Order: sequence, then C-alpha cells, then structure tokens
Amino acid sequence: MRRRAIFDNKGLPYLLLLPQLVIVGIFFYWPAVQSISLSLLRQTAFGFGVRFAGLQNFLELLHDPYYLFSFRTTILFSVAVVAVAMSLGLLLAVMADSPIRGTGVYKTLLMWPYAIAPAVAAALWLFLFHPSIGIIGRMLNAYGIRWDYMLNGSHALLLVILAAAWKQVSYNFIFFLAGLQSIPKSLLEAAEVDGAGAMQRFWRILFPLLSPTTFFLLAVNMIFAFFETFGVIHALTKGGPAKATETLVYKVYVDGVINLDLGRSSAQSVILLIIVGIGTMIQFRYLERRVYYL
Amino acid sequence: MQATRVKYRTERWGWVIRRPERWIPHLVLLAGVVLFVFPVYVAIIGSTHDAATIARGEMPLRPGPYLATNYVQAWLVGKGERVTASPVGRMMLNSLIMALAIATGKIAISILSAYAVTFFDFPLRMVFFWLIFLTLMLPVEVRIIPTYAVMTKLGLINTYTGLTVPLMASATGTLIFRQFFLTVPDELVEAAKIDGAGPLRFFFSILLPISSTTIAALFVILFIYGWNQYLWPLLITTTEGMQTIVIGITKMIGTGEAQTDWNLIMATTVLAMLPPTAIVLLAQRWFIKGLTEGEK
Repeated sequence: MRRRAIFDNKGLPYLLLLPQLVIVGIFFYWPAVQSISLSLLRQTAFGFGVRFAGLQNFLELLHDPYYLFSFRTTILFSVAVVAVAMSLGLLLAVMADSPIRGTGVYKTLLMWPYAIAPAVAAALWLFLFHPSIGIIGRMLNAYGIRWDYMLNGSHALLLVILAAAWKQVSYNFIFFLAGLQSIPKSLLEAAEVDGAGAMQRFWRILFPLLSPTTFFLLAVNMIFAFFETFGVIHALTKGGPAKATETLVYKVYVDGVINLDLGRSSAQSVILLIIVGIGTMIQFRYLERRVYYL
Repeated sequence: MQATRVKYRTERWGWVIRRPERWIPHLVLLAGVVLFVFPVYVAIIGSTHDAATIARGEMPLRPGPYLATNYVQAWLVGKGERVTASPVGRMMLNSLIMALAIATGKIAISILSAYAVTFFDFPLRMVFFWLIFLTLMLPVEVRIIPTYAVMTKLGLINTYTGLTVPLMASATGTLIFRQFFLTVPDELVEAAKIDGAGPLRFFFSILLPISSTTIAALFVILFIYGWNQYLWPLLITTTEGMQTIVIGITKMIGTGEAQTDWNLIMATTVLAMLPPTAIVLLAQRWFIKGLTEGEK
C-alpha cells in the first residue's frame, strides 16, 4: 500500500530514517549477528581465545538435563500464565459487556494494573504470600498447609505464575472488551429470540467472533510470559529453589551475565530468537488484518 | 428493553431472583476489582507499620501510625537497618528521566521514519521499512551479551544515554504512525504543495498537528513501558546513584527474609506504582487508544 501524493526529494528521506537506523544497527543487528556467531564458537580451555565449534553448543544444550528442565518449566509456566490471564480477562470482559449499570466505572477499576511493572507485582505478591510475614502465607500455614515458596519448588512456581498472570489480566480484559463491543448486538438479540440461552450465545456467537482477538492475545501473552516475566522471577525467586523457576530467559541471563559462559548463553539466545520470530509472525498477521480489513 | 429494566428494578428484590443476569455481572466484576485492589491495599497497610510489627507476623489489616515516618525515610534516606538502596527520591528521578526520554525519543524517531517511508519514494524504501520492522524479533534477551559488550565499548554503562538511547528504536511506533499517515487525504498533500510548502513545512505545519492524538496515545503507553523497564537497567546500571526504582525494590527485597525493613520496601513499592497508574487513570481515553492501536 502506498500514497499517490508524495514529495520529490532525494536526500531527505534518508536523513529522516537515519536516527532509527543508527540505533537499530548498533544496538540491535550488530549484537544479534554477534549472538549468532558466538553461538557457533567455543572458548578454549583456560579461556585463551575461541575456536569454531559448529553446532556443538546447540547439541550440548539439547542433551543438557538442566536446559531441558528449563524448557519444561517455561512451557508449564507460560501455559499457566496465559491460561489464567486470558480466561480471567475474558470472563471480566464478558461481564463488563453485559447490559448493567456502572460498566464505565468497572472498566476504570479493572484496567489500571496494566501500569504495574512485573517486578512490582512480584513485590506485592511476595508480601502477601511470605510464609512467615505475609497475610495469606501465614494463613495457609495456620491451616496446616506447609507453605514455603523459598523451599518448595512447586510453591515457588505457583507464586510466580500467579504474580505474572495477575499483572496481565487487565491487558486481556481491555482487548477482549474492545472485541466484544465491536460485535453487533443484533446478532445476540436474534439468537435470544430463537431461544438460545446465555451459555449458547457465548459459545456459538461471541466466542467464534472473538477469535481474531483471542489469537492475537495468545501471541502477545506468550511473548509476555516468555520475556517480560523476567522481572517477576528475578524479584521473587531468582530461579530457585533448585532451579524450579528457571525459565529459558532467566537461564540465558544466569549463564551469560552471571556465569559468563558466552557460547552456551548465545546458543540459548538463538533458540529464543527462533521462538520469538514465530510469535511475531502471528502478531503481524493480526496487525495486517486490522490495517486492511477494519 | 428500557421498559423491562425499569419494571424489574421497581419490583425491588424481585428482579434479583428472576433475572440472575442482572446481579451475576456485578458480583464477578466486584470480585475482579477486589482481586486487583487487595494486594495493593495490603502493601499500603504494610507501609504504615514499623518493621518489627511486620517481622513478627503481627501486621493487622488496619493502617498503623508510621505512615509519615516510613515515607519520609524511604524518600530521603532509602536505607533502613537491614536494607540498603538509594533514596527513593533519587530512584524516582532516574525512572522519570528514563521514562520521559524513552517515550519522547521513541515517538520522535518513529514519526520521522514513518514520514520517510510513507511520503517519499526512494530506492530501498521497503528494505528500510523491513529493517525497522524486524527489530520486533530482537528483544534484549536474544542479544544480551553482545549488546552489553557494545555498551561497554562505547562507554555507556551507568549513563543516562546508555539507559535510554538503545531503547528508542520503535518498530510498532513506526507502524502506528505509518498506518495513520496512510489515512491522510492526498488532497491535503496536493493543496500544501500548490501553496508552496516543502516537505519540512508540510511535516511541521500540517502533519504534526493532525497527529497529536496519536502522539498523546503513544506517549501514555511508552511512558509506562519506559518506567517499567527491568532487564535493561539491571544490565546497564551498576552504581546506586543510577538505580531505577523498579530495580531498587528488587535490590531491597534481596533474599526476602522476614527480618528486613518491609515497611520501607512497601513504601517504595507504593511510590513506584504511583506515576504509571496515575497516568493510566488520568489519561484513560488515550491509554485505551494507544494500547488497542498497537503494542509498545
């Protein structure tokens, strides 16, 4: 798609693009290319120089039980975060779309958590679920559940999932509500006249018509769960206890920044690059559709 | 529709039993509000007690008497008996600089790029567009070590430039402005050209003013994006004086022992939430527009 009326100017467009291209070149493409080349190298013993290692870093990663465990943790974590955040967001949006009073007020009261940083959400949930000082953590222990996210891996995973999902519900709420509000009410009224109950109206009409929104949110939420939850994990558990909450992104950070294992960390980065590429493509297809058809 | 609603309302509680669809939404939505508000409420309560009360696990759900003391100490000193951080005032300033610079920079850079790719025809136009667009696939996490190396080489560690400039590229910003520019009528461009306006004059006198709502909407989203940055400031800032408030909270929590200055941590947490939340609530219309018209 392009404009008909355009300016004739030889140098100006390049000048206008320059700032963005400089930043993108120095801080995005150059490091990304290096990430890929580092992933094919390996440090020689005692750290003197490097040698070409081909796909050795990748092969080792795929045989590394810690990496595979981290993969499993990431999938479990992401699926749980996406499922909780999206279903709660949808539920609240459907309720806020019903013909009741005060929907404007509810909308305001339900969208502000979007503004909270993942690490701040983690601090709030830590303060609630701390085994000895948190209001809910203490309560759980008083009822005989030996709640301690610092020692119990499942507890830790559950807590990071809840804190991450809690922060993301309002994002999904906003998008689902916008999606619902664009569905013509006459469709629902027609179904009601035909004797469809509330559940039937939802599953047969609203849910299918929402599917573009749902797919888009699925991609965005997966990317959120993969990348932006780094802050939640770093603030709450630091990947522990015993690597129970070490997701792929957290492991890249630990291996690269803390253990300084460049080849291995870069190979992990390249795998993430492939994953995020797939997610972005899904997101773009949705954007494209919105640009041209709506 | 209106008549039925009035009828059910006037039968007092009759409608509650007969029309469950009328009160179930309220119940669910209120539960949602409580789910969101409760953790924040507890944090505010925590910031009004003293560290010892919290550490003993005796914090009630009512406000305590130390509100002023805690906030003054967090804001001016930042350090407690067990917690060390920069004064919150300093960290808030760093976060504010970061958020404002990232939001303004992203908008300026992406509006110029979008102007170039929509209003001009030049060789490699689409190549540049794709170069910008594909950065969506390169978050910090996939280029963490080499980016850090570049930053060190350029001497940008612990500088505001390092904290903000590398985050100013914006694929989505460029996409959103391009999308808006494509809707600008050709007649407007022709009229400006006939009146003798060059490309720069057209940009500043016509395009910029009609883009103001898009700019405002993007600003709200990008301010929040900038304020909430985590991995980048964690890598780029190593001195206390450069710390942002979100990183500061994690540093204060440390290993999360019971015996720490939770009152100060919670005061800091509440202060850290305040600016982005206030922006969402005050600029609600722009926030929704900015969010639903594209991410980041």
